[in-house]
Amino acid sequence: MSSVVDAGPRRRAGGERGRDLAGFREVQALAYECAEAVAAQLTPGVTEREAARMQRVWLRERGVRDWFHLPFAWFGDRTAFVGFKVPLQFFPTNRVLEPGMPYILDMAPVYQGFTADIGYSGSLGPNPVQEKLMADLRAHRELILTEVRERRPLREIYEDVERLMQRQGYANRHRAYPFGVIAHKVDQVKERRFNPHLFGFGTQSLKGLASDALHGHRDGWSPLWSPYKFSDHPPQPGLWAVEPHLGFRGTGAKFEELLVVTDSKDPAESAFWLDDELPHVKRWGREQAA
Amino acid sequence: MSGGLLKGARERWVRTGGVELCVAELGDSERPTVFLVHGYPDSKEVWSEVAVRLAEHFHVVLYDVRGHGRSTAPTPLRGGFTLEKLTDDFLAVADAVSPDGPVHLVGHDWGSVQAWEFTTVERTRGRIASFTSISGPSLDHFGHWIKKRMTRPTPRKVGQLLGQGAKSWYVYMLHTPVLPELAWRGPLGKQWPRLLARVEKVPAGGYPTPSLPSDAAHGAWLYRDNVRARLSRPRADAHAHAPVQLITPTGDMFLSPKLYDDLEQWVPSVTRRTVAAKHWVPRTRPDQLAAWIGQFVRSVETPADKALAVPAKRGKRADAYAQRFAGQLVLVTGAASGIGRATAFAFAEAGARVVAVDRDGEGASRTAELAALIGAPEAWGEQVDVSDEAAMEKLAEKVAAEYGIVDVLVNNAGIGLSGSFFATTSEDWKKVLDVNLWGVIHGCRIFGAQMAERGQGGHIVNTASAAAYQPSKALPAYSTSKAAVLMLSECLRAELAGQGIGVSAICPGFVNTNITATARFAGVDAEEEKRRQKRTSRLYGLRNYPPEKVADAILGAVLTNRAVVPVTPEARGAHLLSRFTPKALRAIARLEPPV
Repeated sequence: MSSVVDAGPRRRAGGERGRDLAGFREVQALAYECAEAVAAQLTPGVTEREAARMQRVWLRERGVRDWFHLPFAWFGDRTAFVGFKVPLQFFPTNRVLEPGMPYILDMAPVYQGFTADIGYSGSLGPNPVQEKLMADLRAHRELILTEVRERRPLREIYEDVERLMQRQGYANRHRAYPFGVIAHKVDQVKERRFNPHLFGFGTQSLKGLASDALHGHRDGWSPLWSPYKFSDHPPQPGLWAVEPHLGFRGTGAKFEELLVVTDSKDPAESAFWLDDELPHVKRWGREQAA
Repeated sequence: MSGGLLKGARERWVRTGGVELCVAELGDSERPTVFLVHGYPDSKEVWSEVAVRLAEHFHVVLYDVRGHGRSTAPTPLRGGFTLEKLTDDFLAVADAVSPDGPVHLVGHDWGSVQAWEFTTVERTRGRIASFTSISGPSLDHFGHWIKKRMTRPTPRKVGQLLGQGAKSWYVYMLHTPVLPELAWRGPLGKQWPRLLARVEKVPAGGYPTPSLPSDAAHGAWLYRDNVRARLSRPRADAHAHAPVQLITPTGDMFLSPKLYDDLEQWVPSVTRRTVAAKHWVPRTRPDQLAAWIGQFVRSVETPADKALAVPAKRGKRADAYAQRFAGQLVLVTGAASGIGRATAFAFAEAGARVVAVDRDGEGASRTAELAALIGAPEAWGEQVDVSDEAAMEKLAEKVAAEYGIVDVLVNNAGIGLSGSFFATTSEDWKKVLDVNLWGVIHGCRIFGAQMAERGQGGHIVNTASAAAYQPSKALPAYSTSKAAVLMLSECLRAELAGQGIGVSAICPGFVNTNITATARFAGVDAEEEKRRQKRTSRLYGLRNYPPEKVADAILGAVLTNRAVVPVTPEARGAHLLSRFTPKALRAIARLEPPV
């Protein structure tokens, strides 16, 4: 367990907790930097496998040695998980990127023991549908934060997000993720020389998740934020990688970033997004300004 | 200036190859020129309805083919109607009316057969900007089509050959000497207008013109001079040098849609359209033709439009929808959520213009906004309660005035009501019947009347339910309303069949939409109602049959004009049982639903 969650941390305060958050913020920024760098290199003809490899190589070159999960890349209607039946379909394929196609890059590097899990949506050339989806994700980011601060049970927040998606006319595509999760906890992990992964997930992180699940099971909470009964509890302090994923007729869009939940009584301190300097947030700011 | 069917047309005569051709022009001659070529047995007046519509935007040129209408016939007739001579005529007229720019060709029946020749011979290169072909194949392509099927006769190919062979009975008749002329100048010529009205549903109004007997008699030489020669020795180089739009009437008595299967090998860029009509579409579907011709001409004139017009590659089914629904006006009620919204999106993807109607105005606008993003050239959201007759009347007026006559109407709005018969108050009954039944009645009555009055076909889809034939003690009011919708659809289908308007009833079954979350549960308090809404939504969510599949069934029903369409497997199963063992359904009706 990370120590950041034990008592109300201050965002910009010094001390150990502040340093921990800074570590998470650093790796998240690194991951988004990677996403933007790889996105800039995408050209027609690149395959999902190549895009995933580009992310892996970029991050390895910058010191990433372990993963929460290996990088994913989805192109075209795979961004909306069309026809996904088994989890193996999440892995990158030989699908070729074409002009106008939407894509999503999703990676979860561990850097100096800190984990990030991010999702980056874009398209090769203009894609009005995906731009609309991205613009509409903003309401979800606000809704999630508001309701987490209200300490609503995670399952209910999940349902509210789903209802908002339906009202917007979209399908909830994070339901396709394992356990249908909209978010999962991430943590610090021990740095080892040898970091094997299992089905794309780092064993260290899986271990952390399993230990959380065990503790949570005893105390009545779960590190997976799902639509099911085991998520029928108020937000648990810690870092949550939140990934609302919209789908609309063969086009998908998501963002994924870390939400800090604490046990502070002050609503503003009880939950906040780790970093607001992210591409999608900046983009909404620009749209609002325009 | 000429009178008759082509009011206000400027007339001129063009002399070429020993004949004089009567040419009529409409519209501003500075605009792009659209050339309308008529078929057999016709004269240029067959295009009158389409021509006046196109004349608002284009320079429209029509001419009587040699030997037809007021153009003179060649002497001798034999050998005077070869495609080469017809091409000379076309070039002469084109040079006279549009000496500088290329023209947009449109041909129907033999006009299309000729125009295929114009579009595929070398000497017209640069004179033709585009070609819209309606009900008339290239004889050369047809020849190759036959050869291909004769040389490797699989059962399917033999079937296609025999099918078209049977449809071509009149071609054989026209090859007999003298008799066709006698028939046309005698009894057939007299009966023809009545035959057209009865079999082809061609509306009266000055068409066919009095020149019909001589048109038909002379025109027999079109067949005699060309058909045998071209079908036995088709040209190998009959490649089109202009983009082609192919409009196929699906109910054509004379031509099989299979004829155009191999078209892509001859035409670099072909846009396909299908229309649910018989052979004489210039008379029966002028609005649709004018819209498609106009759209195609504009897409060629301003290539920026073309990028939008040519969709990305998609499945066969989606292609069929796009060919049929592109540019059509579709109105969907209950379009703010669930099946209605999915249906609006599906039509939008097929390129239809969409009016999304719902009492939730915000949701309807949202549907329209997204529909415009995924392919609808235009989309509007309208806030109307379908049970409010006056509001529906007003909506119909507005739609007709601003967007046009609705081509496809989907009466989908509905609400849920569950509870035993004695728990259902008369207020509950009124509410559910008002929306589920009266909403459909208003829609059919008001928009259906507009469709029927226009007289150019259309389609009405009513969303009934599997509950229309599956009784249940938990849904007496809902099932009654839906059974009424089903029967209404069947009766209306019978009434409108003669006017080319199809009516379909859709019976979805358990579909994951928010009808469960807003359903009324009679006879329980608010808290229990809430619990049951939640529980039913959960169960429907577990069933998880997506509304998109129902939307697909709706488009399919319109495409093939099906009467009753059960959608989910359980709806289909119950439909089957209702025919063969209704007793089983009655047993199911007694079960307590798990809510």
